[in-house]
Amino acid sequence: MSALERNQEDRSDRQQQNTEQNSEAVLQTEDLTVYYGKFAALRGVFMKIFKNKITAFVGPSGCGKSTLLRCFNRLNDLIDGCRVEGKVIYRNKNLYSKKIDPVEVRRRIGMVFQKPNPFPKSIYENIAYGARINGYKGDLDELVERSLQQAALWDEVKDKLKDNGLSLSGGQQQRLCIARAVALKPDVVLMDEPCSSLDPVSTGKIEDLIHQLKQNYTIIIVTHNMQQAVRVSDLTAFFNAEEGEKGNRFGYLVEYDKTEKIFENPQEEATREYVGGRFG
Amino acid sequence: MTAALGDSQADNAKRSSTEKNLDNSFIWLTRIFAIGVAGVLIWIAVQVGIQSRRAIQEFGWSFWTNSAWNPVEQQYGVLPMIYGTIVSSLIALLIAFPIGVACAIVLSENFLPLSVRRTLIFMVELLAAIPSVVYGLWGIYVLIPFLKPIGSWLHDNFGWIPLFATPYAGPGMLPAGLILSIMILPILTAIARDSLASLPSDLRTGSYAVGSTRWQTIFSVLIPAAFSGIVGGTMLALGRALGETMAVTLVIGNSNELQLSVLAPANTIASLLANQFAEAKGLQEDSLMYAGLILFAITLVVNILAEAIVQKVKKY
Repeated sequence: MSALERNQEDRSDRQQQNTEQNSEAVLQTEDLTVYYGKFAALRGVFMKIFKNKITAFVGPSGCGKSTLLRCFNRLNDLIDGCRVEGKVIYRNKNLYSKKIDPVEVRRRIGMVFQKPNPFPKSIYENIAYGARINGYKGDLDELVERSLQQAALWDEVKDKLKDNGLSLSGGQQQRLCIARAVALKPDVVLMDEPCSSLDPVSTGKIEDLIHQLKQNYTIIIVTHNMQQAVRVSDLTAFFNAEEGEKGNRFGYLVEYDKTEKIFENPQEEATREYVGGRFG
Repeated sequence: MTAALGDSQADNAKRSSTEKNLDNSFIWLTRIFAIGVAGVLIWIAVQVGIQSRRAIQEFGWSFWTNSAWNPVEQQYGVLPMIYGTIVSSLIALLIAFPIGVACAIVLSENFLPLSVRRTLIFMVELLAAIPSVVYGLWGIYVLIPFLKPIGSWLHDNFGWIPLFATPYAGPGMLPAGLILSIMILPILTAIARDSLASLPSDLRTGSYAVGSTRWQTIFSVLIPAAFSGIVGGTMLALGRALGETMAVTLVIGNSNELQLSVLAPANTIASLLANQFAEAKGLQEDSLMYAGLILFAITLVVNILAEAIVQKVKKY
């Protein structure tokens, strides 16, 4: 614990240097700590998310990677007893300042979930719904087509746009959810283990899709699958969980660097053990 | 080695004949009970049908459209009661549906702290535990006097609408509909709340994640997704309202005259049966049975309709 604190400053400096890219930071956290009830689930995270890069969050269960992801679109607000300290800076504004409306945040920072969760509406409506509540003025038909094309789903569904979204296969449903997210033209797309409930073929399709989306979007992906992190991401952040003084587990950021470096030459022992154990 | 292992496993895996018989008899027992329940329904339907056959022969379809109920001349028709049954239930539904759904939303969302919600849920369900005769007495002593100014106002200002064409008589269709609406609220609320609460939480987070407000999430995603359950609950509630007897008898006025106005006394089939059965004999008794059969048919149609709608709008 104390070692953690001692290292914190030093480590975040080094990460800053290591990850300095020629690209601007879209999101930046400053000493971000998330509490569930009394206990911290994630402590003291400093990190920058870079524009048009794919950033992977990896680490054991309970390390707070999904919690951090949900801070970026304030989805943690929905959980009773969840409290966030520190800052998340997006376009020079702290997302957790009182003046920020979480609904607006979510319109700019899209999300894809672990389990595909299309609305029980038609394929068309699944995409049009978000646009409509956001006051989209343009041609809805065109938006639906473009979004489905971006999600590489158009050819499979163009003749059955009126069918229920739930009638699609799991992989198709997940691509529909990606289409739904990109239809809002967000700056950032958050993906919380988007392939964990899919078969390998669907997973491959989604991974290809993530690569293509990189040109237009900044993507953060939480994954349990080390190979997936290597395949899709430019940068990888490794989180670990530790036992607190009262026996409660909390997560913290251990190391954040270019993906090759994390997997080939990590600086931290914990990273080496985790990545080596799962990957090497 | 492997062979020995296989043998010993097979020995353990062998089931004794007692165990198998027990299993079989259990399966048969459940089958008999399940079929027995369906059998009771068919038995009642057949009995009512047999009992009413003389009235059916005598009056045929004219029984449905005739509005005279005259034991002296042995002339019977149930049009006023069919009208009363359907209209009082529709009034009940019209009032109870929005209130019940609103209740279900508040009780399934976290607008209120959990402890308050639990108390409210319990109290709503307690409404169902009040005996219907108590509802009826409450209707006579509280609701009917309370409705007097409202009923008079409706007649004075909207008397040109046939529904409010008669002066407020006290007992009548309006108080009956209101009492029914309170009586069906718990079942409507409970089922609507269950279907909202059983939606996957992913659906809600998914809706928030595309930038919906809470209201948009509730009205555009959650309610459409839970719609089949809500419709199902509503139809069950309607079935209950159609057949409710005691409370209605006490407040509806039991007038066998056909009046379109909801401010006038009226009658329902269930209330007709309760009022007349004790003294009925001969053709009158058979006619009451026939009326019972018609009530049976109406509720059957409502339930079939409900099932059809639920199947059609089912999302999960």
